[in-house]
Amino acid sequence: MIYIDIIILTLLAVTAVTVARIRDLWAAVMFTGIYSFLGASWMLLLDAPDVAFTEAAVGAGISTVLLLVTLALTSKTEKTSTSVPFVPLLVVIGTGAALIYGTLDMPHFGDPSAPVHTHPNPGFVERSQPDMHGLPNVVTAVLASYRGYDTLGETAVIFTAGIGVLLILRREKKSANTDDSTTEGTA
Amino acid sequence: MSNDLLQLAMTAEQFKGLYNYWIVIFLMMTGFFIVISRKNMIKTVIGLNIFQTSVFLLYITMGKVNNGTAPILRPEDAHHDDHSHDHADEADHASQIFLDQIADHTPAQNVSAGSEPAIALEALAETGTNDVIYSNPLPSVLMLTAIVVGIATTALALALIVRIREDYGTIEEDEILILDRES
Repeated sequence: MIYIDIIILTLLAVTAVTVARIRDLWAAVMFTGIYSFLGASWMLLLDAPDVAFTEAAVGAGISTVLLLVTLALTSKTEKTSTSVPFVPLLVVIGTGAALIYGTLDMPHFGDPSAPVHTHPNPGFVERSQPDMHGLPNVVTAVLASYRGYDTLGETAVIFTAGIGVLLILRREKKSANTDDSTTEGTA
Repeated sequence: MSNDLLQLAMTAEQFKGLYNYWIVIFLMMTGFFIVISRKNMIKTVIGLNIFQTSVFLLYITMGKVNNGTAPILRPEDAHHDDHSHDHADEADHASQIFLDQIADHTPAQNVSAGSEPAIALEALAETGTNDVIYSNPLPSVLMLTAIVVGIATTALALALIVRIREDYGTIEEDEILILDRES
C-alpha cells in the first residue's frame, strides 16, 4: 500500500516541476490535468472518495476545459525570459523551510489520536444516521445537512462567479461584435 | 553509539509520519514559485491551481486514520437504525457511551467504531472486535466546498485574462506594464 503512495507522490512532484519548467502553455495545461488526476488518485487512497470524484471532475475536467478555451482565445506560447528567477527561488525555499519546520510538531500520518479526529466530538458520525434517515455517506450528511447553509453560500459563490464571467465577457460582444458563444458556455 | 542509533530510528519514524506533509509542501511551493516567477497570466493561474490542489491534499491527508476506510457507514448499521422510532434518543445515548469511554477507557458493548476513530482503535485492541474504523469525514466536507469555490475563482480569473487580451493584445505582465506606461 505504501508503495502506491510513494509512486503517486513522486509522480505528483515530477508533474508539478514539469508544469513549472515547461514553456508550451498547451502542454502545461495537459500536465495540470495529469496533476489533478494524480491528486484525485491519492485522495482515493486517503479514504476520501467524494473529494476524489469532485477533484477528477472539476480539477481534471472543467478546469482543463476552461484553460483550453482561454488558450484558444489568447496565445499558446509563453514568452521566454533569459534571467534566472533568483528572488522567487529564495522566497520559495525560505517559505518551504519554515513550513517544513512547522510540520515537525504535526501529528504523524494516520495517527488516530490526532486533534483533528478528537476535537469536534465525533459523535456526529453516529448521530448523522437518524438525522439523515439512514443516509450511509457521512460526508454527504454533513455537507447537505449540518453544513447546509455553507453549501447554500457556496452555490451563491458559483452564481456570482457565473454572473461575473458573463458580465466581463459581455462587454467584448458590444465593442468588438464577436461571437462569444464559446466563452459564454464556459460560465 | 546506541544513543545515535536511537536517534536515527526516531528520524526514520518521523520521516514515515511526516513525509506526506513534506511532499504536499513541495507541491505547494512549486505552485507558489510559478505564481511569483512567471509573467504569463495563464501560467500564473495554473500555478494557483497547483497551489490550491496541494492545500486540498494537505487537508485530506490529515483526515486519514491508520487502517481506516471511507466514512460510509455499513449497511448493517443503517438497517439497525431504521428499526428504532426514537432515533435521536438512541444516538444521544450512543454518543454518551463514547463520552464515557473517553473518560474511563472502558470498552462498551455494541458500539460502532465509526463514531470515534481514536477510541475505536483502542476498543479494537482491548476487545478484539472487528469493528470498522472510519477516516475523518470533516476534511472531505471542507475540501468539497473549497474545490467548487476554487473553480469559480479560476473561471473568473480566466475571463479577466480573456478581457485583458482583448484590450492589450498580450497576456504577459511586463508587456502590459510597458503599454500602461506608454499610454
